[in-house]
Amino acid sequence: MIENRPIITLISHITLILGVMIIAFPIWVTFVAATHDAVRMVQVPLPLWPGNHFFDNLKQAMVRGIAGGGDLGVGMMLLNSLAMAMMIAVGKIAISLLSAFAIVYFKFPFRMGFFWLIFITLMLPVEVRIIPTFEVVANLNMLNTYWGLSIPLIASATATFMFRQTFLTIPDELLEAARIDGAGPMRFFKDILLPMSRTNIAALFVILFIYGWNQYLWPLLVTTEQDMYTVVMAIKQMLETAEQAPEWNIIMMTTLLAMMPPVLVVIFMQKLFVKGLTETEK
Amino acid sequence: MAQVRLEDIQKTYPNGFKAIHGVDVDIADGEFIVLVGPSGCGKSTLLRMIAGLESVTEGTITIGERRVNDLEPADRDIAMVFQNYALYPHMNVFDNMAYGLKIRGLPKSEIQDRVKKAADILELTDDQLVRKPRQLSGGQRQRVAMGRAIVREPSVFLFDEPLSNLDAKLRVQMRLEIKRLQERLGITSVYVTHDQVEAMTLGHRLVVLNGGVVEQLGTPIELYEHPASLFVAGFIGSPAMNFAKAKITEDGGSVELDGGAAFNLPEGMYTSHANRNVTLGIRPEDLILTDTGDDIKNLTTTLAEHLGADTLVHGHFGTDQTDMTIRLSGTQYIKPGDPLPLRVSPEKIHLFDPQSEKRLV
Repeated sequence: MIENRPIITLISHITLILGVMIIAFPIWVTFVAATHDAVRMVQVPLPLWPGNHFFDNLKQAMVRGIAGGGDLGVGMMLLNSLAMAMMIAVGKIAISLLSAFAIVYFKFPFRMGFFWLIFITLMLPVEVRIIPTFEVVANLNMLNTYWGLSIPLIASATATFMFRQTFLTIPDELLEAARIDGAGPMRFFKDILLPMSRTNIAALFVILFIYGWNQYLWPLLVTTEQDMYTVVMAIKQMLETAEQAPEWNIIMMTTLLAMMPPVLVVIFMQKLFVKGLTETEK
Repeated sequence: MAQVRLEDIQKTYPNGFKAIHGVDVDIADGEFIVLVGPSGCGKSTLLRMIAGLESVTEGTITIGERRVNDLEPADRDIAMVFQNYALYPHMNVFDNMAYGLKIRGLPKSEIQDRVKKAADILELTDDQLVRKPRQLSGGQRQRVAMGRAIVREPSVFLFDEPLSNLDAKLRVQMRLEIKRLQERLGITSVYVTHDQVEAMTLGHRLVVLNGGVVEQLGTPIELYEHPASLFVAGFIGSPAMNFAKAKITEDGGSVELDGGAAFNLPEGMYTSHANRNVTLGIRPEDLILTDTGDDIKNLTTTLAEHLGADTLVHGHFGTDQTDMTIRLSGTQYIKPGDPLPLRVSPEKIHLFDPQSEKRLV
């Protein structure tokens, strides 16, 4: 819509700017807090402009951590989080692609039954099945491993459903043409379906990576050793410092670090992300 | 290259619907066969059975000397052109054509040669070979789809309504190209269409299907001149053949419309059918405008349509109210209500049994 009404333009800009400020202000406070030293952070009022301790805090957070968080730095935890988020995102996409492929392209008994079984798992997130799942993971000796962190979270009805819808839009003639060309099922999957779902895969990756990265409850349960902690749960534990005052500057620095990877994923993949959610041309 | 033999082919879908009721067709090596019929007549099903995309319930399909009923499409030595082209959207034109060859494991240099050769035949430029299908026009996509069939160097080409997504002008052009291509390569072809003009112009022989049954099999001219049934008579030819209820006279020498107008029949041909009720069929172009001769019938005209090259006149004979269409060449100025003196040669008259709808003689 092209209109030339200065007042409306002004009002809409003010609204937008207000919205951005409301969302951005807490992040700004976090950033500012991460640039001061511990002493300044316990004085009132809280600083609103950056100080000059950013790199000191960064070094301390990465290497030493803080008293409450044990002796390990955040660096290791970032790696743990990254490994867990990647395994969840990649695993979910791989499993969902294969199950959607089976449901759409193969005729087998109880096909729709299986589809609905997968669909029903939407009603069973980790929080609901937490005790039995923990039992299984513990019995399989997967506590304090990356497998234990990621596998119980991998099954995904949403992604299966989304890929099923994508596959249904691909015309049958393509499958038939591929059959005449001599492509077997897996060849068809690899050469035709995968490249055609490229943008959907990217969009899902963004969503699932952030989902995996933000996991809190499950890592809290299955990790008991410091070197398997994820960064999200570490932030919470940094607050529990018994008699000492929490080191806000380091906590905020850790928070900043924890926010970075999802932000980077979104920034670098936003083009594909938007395409994957909106593109219909096949 | 190979002949294709269909023996008593039947198809019943799992839901019990019987799409094909026993079809027998022998296709000679290098022949261009067109399967034609209205939608739902089973022509596409039959083609897909030859391709191996549908299972065969009953009967035998032979390509060359091999029974192919249980072979995968890729092992049948066929190539198929689809109605919506079915090009792989993420591959460029070259890869689209080369995909089947790559799977067969042909050496790179040979793939290159074959695709080049096909591109030359179809006049696809090097520049077009690296484009994606969506960057091509409808006609170019059609060419690529044919190119993908050609590079396989198959024994049989199968075409499933390949021209129906193109506009009218391009359709005529591509029709000619397909005809030329088939003559040049001499590969046995089976072509499905619902368009009788396409069928008449392309096929060496036509198979007219209706409701899963072969109504007639023959060359285009045979079908035009001697339609075996009312269905074929009405389906082949445009505008369609005129039909009217009529009765053969007692001496079998002429056929009389309800309103009294009578047409002479070839001598001696229908004596055994004397006094019989029939359906009379006359093609619009077989009624000739003339004012000499003793067998002139006057048509009461109701409407004239001017097409430029032809004039279509509608009207009826005597008191019989059945609408007749007459095709006169050139532009004829005819006022509605005018009587139009016409004659038809006895051998151009088609008579059908009203019950069985089959041709009488």
